[in-house]
Amino acid sequence: MSFSDIVSLLRISLHAMVPLALTAIGEIVGETAGLFNIGLEGILLMSAFAGALGAEAGGPYVGLLVGMGVGGFISLLFAVINTYWRGTQMVTGVGINLFALGFVAFGLIQLGAPGFHIIPAKIVVNGTARAAQLAKIRTPIGMYSPVILVALILPFVVHWFIKRTRAGLMLKAAGEMPEAADVSGININRIRLLAAVFGGMLAGLAGAYMSVAWLGLVTKDLSAGRGFIALACVVFSGLNPLLALLAAFIFGFFQALAEWVKTMPSAKAIPYEFISMIPYIVTLLVVSGAIGRVRFPKFLGVPYKRE
Amino acid sequence: MSAKERHQQSRLLRGIHRTLTGLHPALESLIAGLVGLLVGAILMYIWGFDPIKAYSALIQGAYGGSYEWANTLAWATPLILTALTFSICLRAGMFNIGAEGQMYMGAIAAVCVAYFTLPSGLHQMVGLLFAAVVGAAWSLIPAALKLMRGVSEVISTIMFNWIAKWLALFFVIRVLVDPMRAEKTISLPPSARFSILVPGTSLSYALFVSIAFALVIYFLLWHTTTGYELRAAGLNPTAARYGGIRNKRTMFLSFILGGVAAGLAGATIVMGLPPTYAVFGGMPQLMNLGFNGMAVAMVGRNHPIGIMIAAVFFGGLSAGASWMQIKAGVPLEMVNVVMGAIVLAMSIPELIRVFPMAANASKNLLQTIRRGIRGATKEESA
Repeated sequence: MSFSDIVSLLRISLHAMVPLALTAIGEIVGETAGLFNIGLEGILLMSAFAGALGAEAGGPYVGLLVGMGVGGFISLLFAVINTYWRGTQMVTGVGINLFALGFVAFGLIQLGAPGFHIIPAKIVVNGTARAAQLAKIRTPIGMYSPVILVALILPFVVHWFIKRTRAGLMLKAAGEMPEAADVSGININRIRLLAAVFGGMLAGLAGAYMSVAWLGLVTKDLSAGRGFIALACVVFSGLNPLLALLAAFIFGFFQALAEWVKTMPSAKAIPYEFISMIPYIVTLLVVSGAIGRVRFPKFLGVPYKRE
Repeated sequence: MSAKERHQQSRLLRGIHRTLTGLHPALESLIAGLVGLLVGAILMYIWGFDPIKAYSALIQGAYGGSYEWANTLAWATPLILTALTFSICLRAGMFNIGAEGQMYMGAIAAVCVAYFTLPSGLHQMVGLLFAAVVGAAWSLIPAALKLMRGVSEVISTIMFNWIAKWLALFFVIRVLVDPMRAEKTISLPPSARFSILVPGTSLSYALFVSIAFALVIYFLLWHTTTGYELRAAGLNPTAARYGGIRNKRTMFLSFILGGVAAGLAGATIVMGLPPTYAVFGGMPQLMNLGFNGMAVAMVGRNHPIGIMIAAVFFGGLSAGASWMQIKAGVPLEMVNVVMGAIVLAMSIPELIRVFPMAANASKNLLQTIRRGIRGATKEESA
């Protein structure tokens, strides 16, 4: 393994880390406020698809924004059902996942090819070529997507927000002790709604990043369990955004490792099915090793009802 | 009115009241189904399809005749079982979304039986047993992780789904592959197949495996002490523990039963789905049956009888989908969209309240009946 191999492995890891980190950070905000969304997988898939359409219509940044919008909207729906209508959060999440699975497969067929859709690097509109994929930035050690920066900085911002600001405290109160928070004049449902929309927008950005900025294509199983691996990051972190970033990097690294090993000529002896399992097995191992010291908000997953 | 007549009237009213309140959950499932179909119609309209044409084709393809009914029931066969997986565990307070992976493993186990030469009858039994054991074994690992390390079953079962998918693909492509046709596994010998119930359709005797298992689960959950303990642990774990119920045992039991159901679901596909009685590379005939089972479970209100009814509805959606694609040009994936929307609608408790008019009407009706009962009882006692 040469030095350039290590650099390229780390570069792919960073790229693979981004969707996990962004989704996990968003979910941390939501879970702090008491909403447990297992529909992240579906949000990733939907926003990857919508982001691709947006990018082809108006450029890469429009694509990312459309992805964020779609993610935020789905999360808003999730939050309305689970605050004002006092729904069952797990069931809503399952519904989002099923819906996304069908919708994206349906949409891809409507775009022409069943199962996948490739976003061209450049699109010609009225005779002028314009980028559709988000360009990667050239550095001395390879090309990097600018979204990586967002994923690296955001955890620190969110950590500061939750730990150090009044609004962050209100967020925590909504998840830990909604009754007391309600008495002190905080609107629990509104806080939860805002937290969910923020989290959904981040998951949406993550999804759009995958299609528009990283892989340049949409497939019907693009999310490949990433929504749940992001949940594993959250569990590992115990709602600490910085630990979630670390977990996202670990999981991203093993995804990259799996992809890298597959291309090695010496690894031909190992069936690629086994190599593809690596990220999921590592996720399980890490999560089962980390549990025990983690504590979650008392009212996580419980709809708040004023007496 | 004589006293006897009044008594009869009061009993009648009581009966209606009980039926109506009992039907309330069924009504909500019905509304959720309609909401899902409506969402599907709106999306189809946006995409430029004719929803009415699509749905009439769907209904015709699902329930248009005995041939269509048979195919609908064939689709319902595995759905009943994967729905049971989810329901049994939810009744015990576990959110097991691993039916998909457990079903893959069950299907692979059923294919393995092709290597044995056994008399018909025994061969099917061995196949079902194999699939059930392997499905249960696959669900035991998440259960153990939950018990020993406190790993959330939501995460572990999903990870196991992906591991199962790759493991099953490994077996399909490299181990059990048909030497003559590389795109599929070896086919089961006729002695291990379930014979066809309605000629020309895919409905086989495997349907009775599903129904029998659902009835067994119904009996187990509602007519045995073990089942009572399982449900009690799901409703209130703390109270159940104080009542002397061993929560860990009920949890394990629910996962084992769920795994058995999912494994059997895989077996019914391999052993009961003509014409190949094998698994194709990429596993198209298995894909998503586990996830769709969750939708069936929720609409069926996590009750074996409800699940069987819901499975006929969802089986109809799946069976009619191809007809919809041919007749109205709507890709059959639209059906999954409808299923997702139905589950979303199901997650809203008291769904009927979202429609104030219907809610008021039902409330008024119930109130009138209650008043009638009260009046009748008063007269009776007077």
